[in-house]
Amino acid sequence: MSTVLIIEQILNGLQFGVMLFLMAAGLTLIFGVMGLINLAHGSFYMIGAFAAAAVAALTGSFVLALVAALIAAALAGALVEMTVIRRLYATDHLDQVLATFALILVFSEGTRWIFGSFPLFLDIPEFLSGPITLPGGIAYPLYRLALIIVGLLVAVFLWALIEKTRLGIQIRAGENDREMIAALGVDISRLYTMVFALGAALAGLAGALVGAIQSVQVGMGEPVLILAFVVIVIGGIGSIKGAFIGALLVGLTDTLGGIFLPEVFKLFMEHSAATTIGSSLASMAIYILMSAVLILRPTGLFGASQ
Amino acid sequence: MMSERYLNAGVLIALLIVPIWAHLADAPYTITLATRVAILALAAVGLNIALGLGGLVSLGHAVFFGIGGYAMGVLAHHAQTYTALDLGIFTVDGTKSMPIIWLVAVGTSAVAAVIIGALSLRTSGVYFIMITLAFGQMFYYFAISWSTYGGEDGLSIYLRNDFPGLNTLIPIQFFAICFAVLSLVLLLQAGVSRSAFGLALNAARQAPTRVEAVGLNPKRLQFVAFILSATITGLAGALFADLNRFVSPSMFSWQFSGEIMVFVILGGVGRLCGPVVGAAVFVLLEHVLGGLTEFWHIYLGLILLIIVQFARGGIVGLLATDRGQHG
Amino acid sequence: MADPILETRGLSKSFGALKASDDISMTLKPGEIHALIGPNGAGKSTLIQQISGALQPDAGTIALMGQDVTGHSMQARAKAGLARTFQISNLVMKDTVLQNVMLGALGASGRVWRFFSPILSNQSLLDVAEHALERVGLHDHRDRRTDELSHGQRRQLEVAIALTLKPKAFVMDEPMAGLGADGSKRLTGFLDTLRNEAPILLVEHDMDAVFALADRISVLVYGRIIATGSVYDIRANPDVRAAYLGDEA
Repeated sequence: MSTVLIIEQILNGLQFGVMLFLMAAGLTLIFGVMGLINLAHGSFYMIGAFAAAAVAALTGSFVLALVAALIAAALAGALVEMTVIRRLYATDHLDQVLATFALILVFSEGTRWIFGSFPLFLDIPEFLSGPITLPGGIAYPLYRLALIIVGLLVAVFLWALIEKTRLGIQIRAGENDREMIAALGVDISRLYTMVFALGAALAGLAGALVGAIQSVQVGMGEPVLILAFVVIVIGGIGSIKGAFIGALLVGLTDTLGGIFLPEVFKLFMEHSAATTIGSSLASMAIYILMSAVLILRPTGLFGASQ
Repeated sequence: MMSERYLNAGVLIALLIVPIWAHLADAPYTITLATRVAILALAAVGLNIALGLGGLVSLGHAVFFGIGGYAMGVLAHHAQTYTALDLGIFTVDGTKSMPIIWLVAVGTSAVAAVIIGALSLRTSGVYFIMITLAFGQMFYYFAISWSTYGGEDGLSIYLRNDFPGLNTLIPIQFFAICFAVLSLVLLLQAGVSRSAFGLALNAARQAPTRVEAVGLNPKRLQFVAFILSATITGLAGALFADLNRFVSPSMFSWQFSGEIMVFVILGGVGRLCGPVVGAAVFVLLEHVLGGLTEFWHIYLGLILLIIVQFARGGIVGLLATDRGQHG
Repeated sequence: MADPILETRGLSKSFGALKASDDISMTLKPGEIHALIGPNGAGKSTLIQQISGALQPDAGTIALMGQDVTGHSMQARAKAGLARTFQISNLVMKDTVLQNVMLGALGASGRVWRFFSPILSNQSLLDVAEHALERVGLHDHRDRRTDELSHGQRRQLEVAIALTLKPKAFVMDEPMAGLGADGSKRLTGFLDTLRNEAPILLVEHDMDAVFALADRISVLVYGRIIATGSVYDIRANPDVRAAYLGDEA
């Protein structure tokens, strides 16, 4: 196995990881501030992808498609927060699970109704297509590299937002003490709507960006949502930093496991059996990672310990 | 409005009468629908023990449903192809006998529940929900990659398995088996909830610190409830596979975990016959709305949102005069 | 001098910069009621939580009947004979009063892994439970749902559950709170006889009850015990008067 392949796979893992981070960051913010478990977060991912695909088909502009994805997902998020989610903050997790599960049904079937059951395709824009040669002579798809950069920029943006802005202060206060931010004269319901829309927009962005390298179809959001849950369990709930580290760990484990585990088994097993067992185990690798974290630190790597 | 006891009796009698009528009227499809209700109800009865009695919001119960399904699929596949099942240290023959398949389904579900439960119960609340959901996905992907047993395409079993003294290919007889299993499990559950374990579990859900203060371990009580719950859902999975004569990774899907939970909440969390009512209403909606529009899930979603808003106790909660343990 | 039933040595617990317990050493001897008093925020609840096992101390030890139980869970301490009543009623609200006391009897018997025989027809547990209800005067309410009880009745139920455990020591966190004059008087009379079954560590704000019951009083101020002694000693202690009783006596 060559160094080039290894570096390529590490980059793929990073790319997968930062996209997971966009999902997990929104989820963990929403849980941290509002105490809500949102199963419908994957729907915003899907909405972003569909909005981008539709606008790209209409205008041919990838940039406009991304803007559309952000706006559509943020609007959907704000709308859902004001009509449904707002009533769930005071209820128990079971009600939240049921209501947000119901939202998945409405969003998924609604999208199928509008766009049909066939997948849509979103093309990689001209200026990002083709490979780029990295130092060391490694050719790597430019678009995937761009995804990594966008993901890192969003991470920096979120860090600055939370640490350096007024909104960030309110969010941090909201995580610690809801009554306090009310006492500070902050309009809580507006803050909640904004945080929810922000989370939705991040998910929509991820959906649109990933939509260009995979097909855009109904149900694309939920597998990513569940991986984002794994990220949160590993990183610790409510922690953006945990979400970032967890997302990279999950992205790398999943990508590298799929490539290397079969190779590892080939060292001491017959070829086809090694491929079968290796790839089966690789599909379980991130869950094994999650289990290990649960055994060592039940509240996650960066979660508040009890 | 009526007492929950009469309501329960009414629900079970209705579930019994419809297929008998369908049998006399020669409407086998209706019998199949009723069988589907009984089996899905059984899966939800399982979840209701973890969720309603134990307070464990498990969003991964499809794991046990799928394990039960694959227990049937694997054993019947080997019996059907006359090949031995290699278990590493020794080999066994497949089987076409339902009781043996059930035993294996219950046993393997229990083993999975011990592992998943031990890991998930290290946490609580929203973590528990996310972890059980994640383990469900793990089994789903594992089933897809398990090419020996059909991988993504699943596994077809050409003949329904055997039950001593009955012809399982006759719809009403297979229904009778499923209905009997469901009734028996409900009877057991009623017994358990009145037992010492039931009292302690109920307290562990509502006031865990109180349970600790009298010298009991609430997590251990919930752990046992989780295992019990899993075996019942696993048994339902084996029956479901026999109903369809087909198993596939979709039995492990997160959608199915969500649907079982919908049955429980729709009917009434913690109510003995809540899951039966929930499963029946779901299958009816699927049948009626599904006949009207391809997009019936939108309407299901809207109905569920209304339930969350206005009918917290579910359908049984609306109809029964008794106050539930969750009301 | 009899060995203490319950003993803490050098118990310390901080929350950030706040020392909630500062080197607390105290004992509970057979047959006595040892009252723990102090102004709000003095660290009484923190101390009770460490003794009962809900909180782990940063330093120091807790011994029950001479056995070190510092690292033990609340559940293990309950099994070892420590019965606790909660400051804020901690009851199974949607169960009946009888079911709540049965839970205590069940915990004491340890026979919880019984899945089929109905617990409410287990005569020996039922006897324990009903006897406890009679003793606190709740027997007439045994079939009511707990969330229908008045605040005072819930306090009585807390005590009844503690009785079913047949403990070696009671730890009671403000059992009189919200009882009203009549209720306090009745409970005071009851605790007075209870001390012969097992000693009581009593946290209480009701000074009449404390002065009527306590064999010894410890005064907790800013996480430290500033004085321990008889009712007479404590009343006469100038430090106590200054720190605590001064604004009440």
